[in-house]
Amino acid sequence: MSGVRLHQKLENNIGLLIFGILFVASIGGAAQVVPALFQDSLQQPGVNTVPYTAAELDGRDIYMRESCGVCHTQHIRPLLAEVERYGPYSRAGEFVYDRPFLWGSKRTGPDLHRIGGKYSDEWHWIHMMDPRAVVPDSIMPAYPWLADAPANRGNDIDKRMRALQKLGHPYNDEEIADAAASLEGLTEMDVLIIYLQGMGDTVDPDAADDHGGHGG
Amino acid sequence: MAPAHYHDKVVRVLVLCSVFWAIVGMAAGVYAAAELVWPGLNFDQSWLSYGRVRTVHTNVAIFGFGVSALIGTAFYSVQRTSHVPLFAPGLAWVVCWAWQLALVAAGWSLLSGHTSGKEYAELEWPFDLAIAVVWVCFAIVFFGTIARRKIKTIYVSNWFYGALIIVIAMLHIVNSLAMPATLFKSYSLFAGSQDAILQWWYGHNAVGFLLTGGFLGMMYYFLPKHAERPIWSYRLSIVAFWAFTYSYIWAGPHHLHYSAIPEWVQSLGVVMSVILLAPSWATMINGIMTVSGAWRKLRSDPALKFIVLSLAFYGLATFEGPMMAIRDVNLISHFTDWTVGHVHSGALGWNAMITFGTFYYLVPRLVGGELYSTKLANVHFWMALAGTMLYILAMWAAGVTQGLLWLSLDEYGELLYSFTDIMASMVSYYGLRLVAGVIFLAGAVLMAWNLFMTVRGRETAKVLPPEPVANPAAASEVAA
Repeated sequence: MSGVRLHQKLENNIGLLIFGILFVASIGGAAQVVPALFQDSLQQPGVNTVPYTAAELDGRDIYMRESCGVCHTQHIRPLLAEVERYGPYSRAGEFVYDRPFLWGSKRTGPDLHRIGGKYSDEWHWIHMMDPRAVVPDSIMPAYPWLADAPANRGNDIDKRMRALQKLGHPYNDEEIADAAASLEGLTEMDVLIIYLQGMGDTVDPDAADDHGGHGG
Repeated sequence: MAPAHYHDKVVRVLVLCSVFWAIVGMAAGVYAAAELVWPGLNFDQSWLSYGRVRTVHTNVAIFGFGVSALIGTAFYSVQRTSHVPLFAPGLAWVVCWAWQLALVAAGWSLLSGHTSGKEYAELEWPFDLAIAVVWVCFAIVFFGTIARRKIKTIYVSNWFYGALIIVIAMLHIVNSLAMPATLFKSYSLFAGSQDAILQWWYGHNAVGFLLTGGFLGMMYYFLPKHAERPIWSYRLSIVAFWAFTYSYIWAGPHHLHYSAIPEWVQSLGVVMSVILLAPSWATMINGIMTVSGAWRKLRSDPALKFIVLSLAFYGLATFEGPMMAIRDVNLISHFTDWTVGHVHSGALGWNAMITFGTFYYLVPRLVGGELYSTKLANVHFWMALAGTMLYILAMWAAGVTQGLLWLSLDEYGELLYSFTDIMASMVSYYGLRLVAGVIFLAGAVLMAWNLFMTVRGRETAKVLPPEPVANPAAASEVAA
């Protein structure tokens, strides 16, 4: 009966109850999440993993703005069928410059982690303007507004790179100063395609050899 | 001093706002479902495209419909289980309207494409800050009321509402940590795999402490009240509450099976997810056994029918969840529509239904009258059940098909089916899901009409706390 009596203390004291809930609910996070946040191997970039260029970053932010990630995953599981379909499975080191991660939770359309280089720029352009022109059964919406809008629409690419620099991404001041100029004349569609074409070239070539190339 | 009656006007506003957001959120869901059948439905408008509509759907359904209902019912029940009016009623009004304002602004911002890119935490940093402030005000009103209570024991429903407030605050603040770049753009403080672990610590426990814990608070107050029976086992509710609060937090990594996070994190996620079955079913059994002896009420009372059915779906979803957390099942279910079906067996079957049942019970009492039409509420019950069943069956079939076909290899180890072919075969299931959504939404519209006619032209009833009783232990029995 002592358990019940102990609990009476909690039931009769709101301060104790609040503390009890906070304490009990924190144990899991402290034992499981906090150690992972300090695990070095999850923070080391892979051999080919470098920060996104200004154009790739702008493209990635458009990918997020249009919530492409609610239908497309960016994570290949280490399963034979997935490696055959999409390419080498995803490794932690490839994502260290991904803020936030865009692995997704639903694969309504195919995975995009290694989409880079699979199709031409022209194919992507047509696909984004009218998906059913190249994939007749596609249920993806068209994104024609991207072709009309200039890249770096908010003229804030330097601010965005500066924020990432503060978080530890190795951009130098010169890169940030030149960023806006490098995007001049490009459309949102252009930078989105640049982002997609750069996807998946981060894999370690030695590791890639073990698991075949791109499939299906 | 004139006797102070309970502050129920703010409850009435929150409940009606919740009904409004239910319609908006479900309508957005139906529209998004239709876009998967007819992809041209956004008419080349960016704000109407699937990615943005789907985000509005989840945010409005959870934070508009769900949280408005939770704040409203928490305000209603905390007064009655404490025998005092709300602490700081002015602040309660601030919570009510600030939350609604935040929802309108959030809807605009999501349709405009401002998103942090983290699922169920899409809002950008200014909104995150505003939400944190409103949440703290909610905590002050809620815990302040409990601190002034006239009853010695803090009733079970308040533990769950309390856990909702405390744990959601912790999750929201940590997961939203970000470096602002501009007014509506920021980058997560965490990157890659670590961001994933943190996001699903948040994401899974938003399900745990908001969509489960918060609504269990609702269940623990309104079910015994309505059935006019005390909770079946008080001791079971104690054990289940702490087991639930302890184990839920660990389960997040089951969203990241076979991904680039440490294997021990995934394994812990599996074990704790399976353990979660115990407190979940203990609570379900406690709820259903509470109705035992009052089953006859189910024949005539649509509100109680909704609540009992919601417990059945709660049991179903909390069985399915741990099964899907096992790696071998997850192999098939991960990334598929099965997950969507699972979420909706919880969201429609459990969250929406218990809220409907609670509103049918609560709203007539708020105005001291009768429900406008019991018949309409009964029609709504069957529409909600049919819609939910069709939805989860369609998504289950779609998801299992996807999961198996994606992994199918021939005898030489080559892929059997192209992704596009599998996707194309989903369209009929997506059509069925759309029909299910329309049925469920139509039922909710009936409820909105029914509740509107119930409150129309009626003042909020003025209810006084009971006179202090000599024996505090007996008072807690009354409160239950």
